[in-house]
Amino acid sequence: MKDGKRILIVDDEPSVRNSLRDWFLADGFTVETAEDGHEALKSMNSGPFDIVVVDLKMPGMDGITLEKRVREIDPNAAIIILTAFASVETAVEALKLGAFDYVTKPVDPDELSNTIRNALRQKELQEENIRLKTKVSEMVLPSPIIGDGPRMRHVLEMVETVAGTDASVVIRGESGTGKELIARAIHSQSERRFFPIVAVNCGSIPETLLESELFGHEKGAFTGAQYRRKGKIELAHGGTLFLDEIGDIPPKMQIDLLRVLETHRFHRLGGNQEITSDFRLVCATNRDLEELIAEGTFREDLYYRINVFVIEVPPLRSRKEDIPALTRYFIEKFARAMGKPVREMSAEAEELILSYPWPGNVRELENAIERAMVIGRGEFIEPTDLPLGVERRNAATAEQSLETIERDHIVRVLREEDGNITRTARVLGIDRGTLYNKLRRYEIEREP
Amino acid sequence: MTGALHLGFVNGYSPRWAGRLGAEVESALSMRVTPIELDLDIDAYYASDRGQFNSTMMLAGVLRRLPDPATRIVGITHVDLFIPVLTFVFGQAQLGGVAALVSTYRLRREFYGLPADEPNLVDRTVKEVVHEVGHTLGLVHCPDYSCVMHAATYVEDVDLKSRRFCRECQGLLSEPAPVGRANPY
Repeated sequence: MKDGKRILIVDDEPSVRNSLRDWFLADGFTVETAEDGHEALKSMNSGPFDIVVVDLKMPGMDGITLEKRVREIDPNAAIIILTAFASVETAVEALKLGAFDYVTKPVDPDELSNTIRNALRQKELQEENIRLKTKVSEMVLPSPIIGDGPRMRHVLEMVETVAGTDASVVIRGESGTGKELIARAIHSQSERRFFPIVAVNCGSIPETLLESELFGHEKGAFTGAQYRRKGKIELAHGGTLFLDEIGDIPPKMQIDLLRVLETHRFHRLGGNQEITSDFRLVCATNRDLEELIAEGTFREDLYYRINVFVIEVPPLRSRKEDIPALTRYFIEKFARAMGKPVREMSAEAEELILSYPWPGNVRELENAIERAMVIGRGEFIEPTDLPLGVERRNAATAEQSLETIERDHIVRVLREEDGNITRTARVLGIDRGTLYNKLRRYEIEREP
Repeated sequence: MTGALHLGFVNGYSPRWAGRLGAEVESALSMRVTPIELDLDIDAYYASDRGQFNSTMMLAGVLRRLPDPATRIVGITHVDLFIPVLTFVFGQAQLGGVAALVSTYRLRREFYGLPADEPNLVDRTVKEVVHEVGHTLGLVHCPDYSCVMHAATYVEDVDLKSRRFCRECQGLLSEPAPVGRANPY
């Protein structure tokens, strides 16, 4: 049985259209019919079809033109051309355009069954191929979680505990502490590890694009939507959806997201078809969600929905025992990438990295080591190789709050980088979305 | 299974094994089976360009002769059936409906140049009748080759399958059948 497989039949002859519809219904397909190309294209808006059977000769838009239009909307649909007039030229043209096969009316029942079976098999193989390629690329990318101190050991124990469940997880921690690595660790230890983990940074995508990014869209849903596109929620089917910077999600999107989390069903923008996605949700934030609820910018019901299990990732300054191992890891990583010999830290440099407060956390440490590996020349990495100026590390006094130190640090780097947000974010070891948040929070004006 | 089924022999088709067919269908479906004669205007269904009869039109004629709306009917004909997109069909039914049609034309071994075999013909016809009744009960084709709902595109496929519904199809039969869908084969 072909439960859930959708097929669209486009033929101007009602008897052919209806008899094919009945044939496929008996085979368990969900069937839609259209009498011409224009009606077929309208039907495409209701959702993707696994197979589109197209009559070659139709008044108005012919089968070849329709095939091109269908390809534009859904490149993955298997198209089968149907004609009463066998012509080698048109068959070749149809196949060149990417049609799966070409059958002549009336067709032998066995031939039609085989063609449909082979089309479905090829489509399934293509989808599996894409899924495996995604999986392989994910297997190459993740970095290990370095840290043997008690605080990171506790985090890793919590990861192990929660990975075996399907509970929603919120990972909290400052920017650059490695929240995404924790999310990937949860996924890779879960039952869903053979399916994708799909990450979305809710803070770095403009509100107007975030909706389409999450839910996908149909062709023509808005200006510029030239193709149907699956959203991240749909792509995460079977796997894990990782929403980074969940605290930055706009209020309207919070309602939509809450609905999806409750039903696991949604519609693409501009689409009528209800889509189901079975995913496990992992969120991350560096914001105080309880404070956002009190301010009225984060929905309490969404908070309770996502906040089933909480993992706090400690800032680097509170796990200084891990700094030497992390430094060693980054030195070896960049030495390999740059084709340079592995260098040691001088005693002064080691003292510096252990005393520095690392407001940008592990990401800032990684950037500092990368820069030292680029500009350093000697056998040892010296304090002067590190982008932590003397005045910067001495700037803080015991009386200053952490926020004051962070604000001063951002102002200084922003000034040094001539107000350039991208460069400033890179030096601070945080992403641009986080930097914008901090500029707003600390009311820092960018100088022109 | 409950209910009553009429086996309607079209336009004087009266094979000598009609009684055995009724008894064996009754046994396979656990339905009360009553044979009747159907008088249809089959010339109207004839397509001279194909030398065959339009199955969809004939099925509509069978449906019009349903004696009792609370029962089902399967027309039995000896002529060759087609639907416009296919070269032939063994039969046709309303999915989730009350009427079906079976042709013995391509079930006969003589059609394939082989000697006649009456028990084999009865066996094939029983399976096709049960298959089409399965469609009227809302079942679609089954991937299990031994299930009577397996799609047969060659007559050998009919020989290979049994007269019984597999466990999964049997389970589906206990659920309410969808009504008012179209005409599977």
